[in-house]
Amino acid sequence: MNAEQDLATSAVEQVSAVLGGAEVEASANRHRLSLTRFANSVIHQNVAEDVTTVRIQIHHEGRTASASASVVDASALAALIERVSAVVRVAPVDPAWGGLAAPAVPPVGPNEATEVAPDERAVVVRDFVDGAAGLETAGYCRTNVWNGAFANSAGQSVHGSAIEAGMSGIARTNGADGVARHAPLRIGDLDGTALGARAAAKARAAVDPMEMPAGRYEVVLEPTAVADILENLAVAGFNGKAVNEQRSFMRVGTDQFDRSITLVDDPLAIGSRFDTEGTARTRLTLVDRGTTVALTQDRRSAAEAGSNSTGHAFDSTFSWGPSARHLGMQPSGVEDEIATEVDGPMADSSVAALVAGVERGLLVTDFWYTRMLDPRTLAITGLTRNGVWLIENGQIMAPLRNFRFTQSYAQALMPGNVRAIGRTATPIPGDTYTATSPRWSCPAVHLASWNFTGGASG
Amino acid sequence: MPANLSSRSLVRRGRSRLWSSGMSEFAAAEAAVQAAIDAGARYADARVMHRRHEVMSARNGDVDDVSQTSDSGLGVRALVGSGWGFFAVADLSDGTVRDAGRRSAEIAAASALVSRAESHLVPSEAVSGSWSSDCAIDPFDISLSVKGDMLVRATELMGEHGADLAEAMCQSWETRKWFVSSEGHRIDQHIRESGAGIMATAIGDGETQRRSYPANRGQYRTRGWEFVEELDIVGHAARVGSEARQLLSAPVCPSGETTLILGSEQLALQIHESVGHAIELDRILGWEAAYAGTSWLDLAQLGSLKFGSELMNITIDPTIPGALGSFGYDDEGTPATARDAVRNGIWVGVLAGRDSGALAGLDYGGSVRADGWARLPMVRMTNVGLEPGPHTFDEIVAATDDGIYMETNRSWSIDDRRLNFQFGAEVGYEVKNGHLGRLLRNPTYTGIGPQFWSSMDMLSSEITAWGTPNCGKGQPGQVGHTGHPAAPARFQNVRVGVRA
Repeated sequence: MNAEQDLATSAVEQVSAVLGGAEVEASANRHRLSLTRFANSVIHQNVAEDVTTVRIQIHHEGRTASASASVVDASALAALIERVSAVVRVAPVDPAWGGLAAPAVPPVGPNEATEVAPDERAVVVRDFVDGAAGLETAGYCRTNVWNGAFANSAGQSVHGSAIEAGMSGIARTNGADGVARHAPLRIGDLDGTALGARAAAKARAAVDPMEMPAGRYEVVLEPTAVADILENLAVAGFNGKAVNEQRSFMRVGTDQFDRSITLVDDPLAIGSRFDTEGTARTRLTLVDRGTTVALTQDRRSAAEAGSNSTGHAFDSTFSWGPSARHLGMQPSGVEDEIATEVDGPMADSSVAALVAGVERGLLVTDFWYTRMLDPRTLAITGLTRNGVWLIENGQIMAPLRNFRFTQSYAQALMPGNVRAIGRTATPIPGDTYTATSPRWSCPAVHLASWNFTGGASG
Repeated sequence: MPANLSSRSLVRRGRSRLWSSGMSEFAAAEAAVQAAIDAGARYADARVMHRRHEVMSARNGDVDDVSQTSDSGLGVRALVGSGWGFFAVADLSDGTVRDAGRRSAEIAAASALVSRAESHLVPSEAVSGSWSSDCAIDPFDISLSVKGDMLVRATELMGEHGADLAEAMCQSWETRKWFVSSEGHRIDQHIRESGAGIMATAIGDGETQRRSYPANRGQYRTRGWEFVEELDIVGHAARVGSEARQLLSAPVCPSGETTLILGSEQLALQIHESVGHAIELDRILGWEAAYAGTSWLDLAQLGSLKFGSELMNITIDPTIPGALGSFGYDDEGTPATARDAVRNGIWVGVLAGRDSGALAGLDYGGSVRADGWARLPMVRMTNVGLEPGPHTFDEIVAATDDGIYMETNRSWSIDDRRLNFQFGAEVGYEVKNGHLGRLLRNPTYTGIGPQFWSSMDMLSSEITAWGTPNCGKGQPGQVGHTGHPAAPARFQNVRVGVRA
């Protein structure tokens, strides 16, 4: 039994000894998260942590309480148990308790847990800087090694490990920025030189942009922009709690998307085999050729909806509801097809193929600061960033100034608005607020219309 | 590392606790700093922190979450050449904290592979001191049943008055931290924060409407439970529920350019996004270029650039009693000091740290904080807000023939240079001939920072210190707590009513 299993199991046993008959679950997670950050083409922030956190949830006599703490020894675990046991005795009644996960063996996933030295991240950063060939650069290279275990009083006991690597960087020249992002599993698969060169090519092609009037334009969205659509669909669309509360537009069994759209959440890709409630995870299809076929559920939202947990509980489930964190849009090409680098501002050959099919429209690299105006329509406002270009007759014609847009993401992918999907998908790193970053698998998309509501320049 | 499950007791001794291993928090920090120096660092500092957070929420008449988190640990920062290294551990035993110090220097040395000329720090007098925020009633002494009853009652009232989804929440934080530097700083602080809020959602045909009090994320201060009692969320619940329902049938905010009056909560977020972030020196220097972004401000224009109208006086003031961005010392050991950011419309100051300040040729830091012991301290807002103006809200409305009043933020978005913004508010009202008129739904406005601030022609004296507990920045991401004194104000020729 490893240290995390020991902690989770010990927590359940100790709570059960104190509160007879209580439903108890405990998870122990050790993260060795490291992130090397660079700006002005030098490493300016370089951090690492080695932290183990234990979370305990108890349902006792109709009441529920949870608590978590950084735990280093038996006394810290005992203090946590004492605290949550005291809280549950006085916690308000919880009629929506979803029960414990039954024993089940999760699917087998990658099982690597090798820590990465700071020198290895610094080399990737140096390669990105060199790849940008003299342009100013900024960004990060990140690695995370997770070892975790879960146990509950119903007999479920699982453990696992996962690895992540990611890079996001920009190159800058004469007021223009270009970006490149990639989130493979292993740092050895991060090609800093290629990413730096791609970002630099975009930046060079974005110099001296012209202003275009606001309005609806046909667009090709690169994978870095598509990631934002997937994230908002995951958080506010497929989220079982949001659907229960009628805040989401999702309706299972309904043709809500264009037939070219298939969306799959695949946490197994990084080795995340169970959620914080101990429910085994699967590769879950949410949209199948345009039809919404499933939602993401934790035990609480599933109980309310009369369905089953899909393994999407995480630490902030109460607040946000269960959401997919490894959502991917199925590309149009054959399985495992790989795009090649191309000249100019387009991210790769997959993007270039979509651009070739546009008579007049815009190529959008990235979205920024997107915020929801209305959850029922998934109306979002935000800005373009890191490069926008005018496309005419299948050719990149000119760089454009950034736009502000106000667009319903539900309508963006609805039947009839999707002209084409890219042949390949790129894993894009999500935000870095949690130790385990979301990861979005994104092809480029060609849409008939996107609502740009103004210019972003001052 | 969790492998060692041997029991160790914890004993309080004065302002620093003493572990049975013999390490107090100050001793642990000192050991980590010394190890970093021994490993080659030319400067090092360390923070030990103990944090508690409790959140309770209710929904439609039931408590649906009671969660408590606590964490303890040490973060040590080392400077080798021009490169910073940072390492964090939860275990405060002697061997572990010394290893953390050594590893921070090792990481800093790795930074040298892609480095610049040697970094400097703004000189800082070595300070020994203690500071505590004011707290009349410890929020962790209030029973969960009292908190639960308050939240449940508020959601029941919202539901009875029209809310389909009625939510309420209260949160409390307690932070104790000990700071030591290789220059001789030795500081401990004890900060307690409390707040609460309610939110009513009415669900219509194809859209939702939301109304909140005091703000959609609640209102927070560096104060105790007495602040939550003052908010009286139960007393506002019926109105909030009713207004959410009324919004479903209200006319849509018209589109066009008009005179805009903003309530103080919306103006607080306007300050946060378009002024606070813009004056962060790390952004101005390009250190956040790849993520949070840069700033439209150019240091060459510090002291001369017109940021807004002469009514615009904005201070950086971490000394405001009870405001959410208040502290005694920042996380580099610099004592809290008030300074001007904008004076009579002219940009005159920045939020800075010791390294960014030195690089910019400034003689001050003082605005560096970290989100816990496991995160690198970085430039953050403290309390960034307006000084009072000469008018009242009633005078502003009375002086407006035709315009729109908006209050309570619903959405926010701004570009990476902090120029182009679009905000949505929960509620709008027509202003006609000096009076508030019809309720308006889906009010939004958009603009460019300096143009917008230059159009401010009336400002109220009715200042409220709003607290923002969810300011995101940095990689790994850090969540900051910031304060924003603000009052109702009027702006001219603003574009409103932007829609999807």
